[in-house]
Amino acid sequence: MIEFLGVPLPLFMGQLLIGLINGSFYAVLSLGLALIFGLLNIVNFAHGALYMVGAFVAYLLLQFIGIGYWPALILAPVIVAGLGMLIERFLLRPLHDLDHLYGLLLTFGLALVLEGTFRHFYGVSGMPYSIPDSLAGAQRLMVPTWLTGEDPVFMMALPNYRAWVIVASLIVCTATWILIERTKLGALMRAATEKPDLVRAFGVNVPALITLTYGLGVGLAAFAGVLAAPIYSVNPIMGSNIIIVVFAIVVIGGLGSIGGAIVSGFLLGVIEGITKVFYPEASNVVIFVVMAIVLIVRPAGLFGKGA
Amino acid sequence: MGLKKALLAGVAGLAMTASAQAQYSNDGITIGVLTDMSGVYADVGGQGSVVAAQMALEDFGDFNGKPVNLVSADHQNKADIGANIARQWADTDGVDAIFDILNSAVGLAVQQVATEKNIVSMNSGAATTALTNEQCSPNGVHYVYDTYALATGTGGAMVKEGGDSWFFIVADYAFGHALEADTSNAVKNAGGEILGSVRAPLSNQDFSSFLLQAQASGAKVIGLANAGGDTVNSIKQAQEFGIVAAGQSLAGLLIFLTDIHALGLETTAGLTITTGWYWDLNDETRAFSERFAERHNGVKPTMVQAGVYSSVMNYLKAAQDAGTDDGKKVVDQLQTMEINDVFAQGGKIREDGLHFHDMYLAQIKSPEESKGPWDYYNIVSTIPAAEAYQALEDVRCPTLNN
Amino acid sequence: MASKTSGNWKGWAQFAVAIAALIVLPFFLYPVFLAKVLCFALFAAAFNLLLGFAGLLSFGHAAFFGFSAYVSAHAAKEWGFTPELAILAGTVVAAFLGAVIGLLAIRRQGIYFAMVTLALAQMVFFICIQAPFTHGEDGIQGVPRGHFLGIVDLESNFAIYYFVLAVFLIGVMVIYRTVHSPFGQVLKSIRENEPRAISLGYDADRYKLMAFILSATIAGMAGSTKVLVFKLASLTDVAWQMSGEVVLMTILGGVGTMLGPIVGASIIVTMQNYLAEVGQLTLIIQGLVFMFCVLLFRRGIVGEIKHRWTQMRGGKDEPAHLSPGKATGETDGAPVTHG
Repeated sequence: MIEFLGVPLPLFMGQLLIGLINGSFYAVLSLGLALIFGLLNIVNFAHGALYMVGAFVAYLLLQFIGIGYWPALILAPVIVAGLGMLIERFLLRPLHDLDHLYGLLLTFGLALVLEGTFRHFYGVSGMPYSIPDSLAGAQRLMVPTWLTGEDPVFMMALPNYRAWVIVASLIVCTATWILIERTKLGALMRAATEKPDLVRAFGVNVPALITLTYGLGVGLAAFAGVLAAPIYSVNPIMGSNIIIVVFAIVVIGGLGSIGGAIVSGFLLGVIEGITKVFYPEASNVVIFVVMAIVLIVRPAGLFGKGA
Repeated sequence: MGLKKALLAGVAGLAMTASAQAQYSNDGITIGVLTDMSGVYADVGGQGSVVAAQMALEDFGDFNGKPVNLVSADHQNKADIGANIARQWADTDGVDAIFDILNSAVGLAVQQVATEKNIVSMNSGAATTALTNEQCSPNGVHYVYDTYALATGTGGAMVKEGGDSWFFIVADYAFGHALEADTSNAVKNAGGEILGSVRAPLSNQDFSSFLLQAQASGAKVIGLANAGGDTVNSIKQAQEFGIVAAGQSLAGLLIFLTDIHALGLETTAGLTITTGWYWDLNDETRAFSERFAERHNGVKPTMVQAGVYSSVMNYLKAAQDAGTDDGKKVVDQLQTMEINDVFAQGGKIREDGLHFHDMYLAQIKSPEESKGPWDYYNIVSTIPAAEAYQALEDVRCPTLNN
Repeated sequence: MASKTSGNWKGWAQFAVAIAALIVLPFFLYPVFLAKVLCFALFAAAFNLLLGFAGLLSFGHAAFFGFSAYVSAHAAKEWGFTPELAILAGTVVAAFLGAVIGLLAIRRQGIYFAMVTLALAQMVFFICIQAPFTHGEDGIQGVPRGHFLGIVDLESNFAIYYFVLAVFLIGVMVIYRTVHSPFGQVLKSIRENEPRAISLGYDADRYKLMAFILSATIAGMAGSTKVLVFKLASLTDVAWQMSGEVVLMTILGGVGTMLGPIVGASIIVTMQNYLAEVGQLTLIIQGLVFMFCVLLFRRGIVGEIKHRWTQMRGGKDEPAHLSPGKATGETDGAPVTHG
């Protein structure tokens, strides 16, 4: 069997793919975080908690109204985005003129409240949420002949749902990027943060734009939460560790860089996946090591434009 | 408060020596149930353990004419919180014995405090053999199961059924390492071989990467040296990636009744497990479980909760027979007793603190076999205590002179 | 810290009363609980040195607190260090760790600084899970309290309390002296207006790094001491939630005041102690307190009292925010004297 760096090639390829799946979650989450940061200058510590709330909304929709996965994939982000807009309007806006650190502290407190509340009602064992029937099953993947020159070898069984995760996150990331960088609304959003006075002078409702942006970022977190629900159980603490990893990814990508957040999300997922083959004990740390290196070599981040 | 209490205790002590009856400090017996009320083991112990302790107190009746006090607390699966509560209980609440103590890290910490304060740690929940080995204590009893018993039971049985090559997915902390080491020995002793293992970091949710490595190893059995949510996630994801369908079998080394309940029989049917107790063993266990279920939302007791009931009963008997609540003396008394009750038949508390009793090998029923909720195990065989547990001469307990 | 000349003896009298209260307190309350309060008060005071006087919000202080707890526990248990040497060992290691993390983090400011410290501290957390000497999940258990200077047995709860009290007072004195030294003045001026401080010839980064190291060192001292009280070092002390808790203690008590962090720590620790049975409720309450403080109570308890007091006497005081540069009420960059 062909080996790559001492690891059988099929195994290595399989791990790359798994890394890409985890990277999909990182990408959607860090995109939302970077969006909020880039446009509002708020570090949204509640991002992980809202990711969890997204998964829970999907779970509750199913439990109480019988709404399944596909509608929930749209509905849950919309509901959480609404919640986010309320948060922005009533909690974050009063802090707008103060040091940005207050935004971080407030959302930190909010994260504690959200996590505590769901723990109070649901414990931490996690609620089951099944994979939709239309995406059940798996594909047998083979290592193609053109790569090895040999007959195809079995690589892994790729669950259909995991493949869908990659596709869905690519679609959402691309759409968001286009919205921000290529549409008039996106241009207004960007302008509203750079030169709010000027934009206001053109008759644009700047505070509403900011609220909308926060809602969009938070909705992305909820979308990732619904995507994650069938894979991991729906759990009140599912967001509390991932948020710090996502922070690190956003720092690596360059704070505020939308494209940077997407690319480094996928990239770090793959790096983490590879680490799990060669030195699994370090897979939790590797992202932070990369962050430290990036900070030394390029303090503004891989895609940042300066501090 | 400390001074006042000390003075009171002093005065009380003087008065009592006069009447030559100074056996029970703080006027009677107080027991504490220290468990995980909100975390991953809340269903295994939690409020159910408190219910079990209450049932024991009711069944036992008054202790020397006085009711026994019961306190309980949530250690949140953190060793420091558990140790603090235990210390405060001993210092200010006059607690004489602590029960349940799920979670190995917490269990070890609390047993240490019990030794220091000379109270009793009756552990029904923790898995680690360190409680009766490296960190053994004259104040500790390990009541229900340990990693050694789980490993030899499940490991040996699976090799006999033809699962003679193993790959482990190990929770990367002391508990996981111990489970891996014990199971590896059991597998090798039974004539099997270990093809490899991978250590999954703590608080890891995605096991797909490790499962693929296990699949690539070609081992017949994938041993899950983990617990709680980790085990649940690995089993679920193994199914998602079609690992069992492709012919490999899973060995869950520490699985509780409530885990099966949460996972459902579709996912778990056919799993081989080792357990210290099961509610559907005989008429006595069924009757006890019926009573328990009535008071605990219809849920059948886990082996940990049954262990709490039995250990409270036997602690109180021993304290009465010994005529004292001095921790070491009560444990000495326990070691002279034979335990015959709903939990164990012919059980003995050994000098290292281990409750030496029979274990059971079980297979999870298929959905068709099961008659309804909680009817999950087929008891395949009884594992005699001498086969299930470490021999006393192999125990690495520094305070034993051997 | 009212007007210096007339308030001096008054200050000393207050100080004496406080010390006397701290000495008799263990006769009324559980000494181990009090010792815990003191450890966290010192931790919060160390954190406040950085946030309140240098304007740097570190979200990774658990790394110093928790890692030196491990070092001190290991030294006391495995190497048989006496308690004071074990604490010293933990403290020195915290200083080194502070230098490394500080050097990396100081390259960024404000929010970036907070996120970088958080991420680096998380790295320390994972190292603590993996490193063999920390015993992972189990933590280091059964740490002996030992004999102070090899003579005084600290095993009793009272002995350990007075020992912790001594460590606490030393730590707080160091912080007090630092804040009221020329070095402290430069720090404040950097916090108020960094470009101006730089234009006056101060190497702002060097000052910030020194403040960071000092804060990390004292946080480490607090963590090392806590280990001896509880005889246990565990992952709780290095987890990121601990970093959040110390921020909460400081903000609740009053950022930038000497007494604030101590008051804040006492309240939070008391709350946790009495709500231990309901873990999630503590989380919710802490979160709500956090939000309340940030939205409506930014001066904190001590800061608010001080503010009312100075207002009543018609004085002017410091504004209610972290780094005043962005807000309207810019205070005068206090004249800096070179030490």
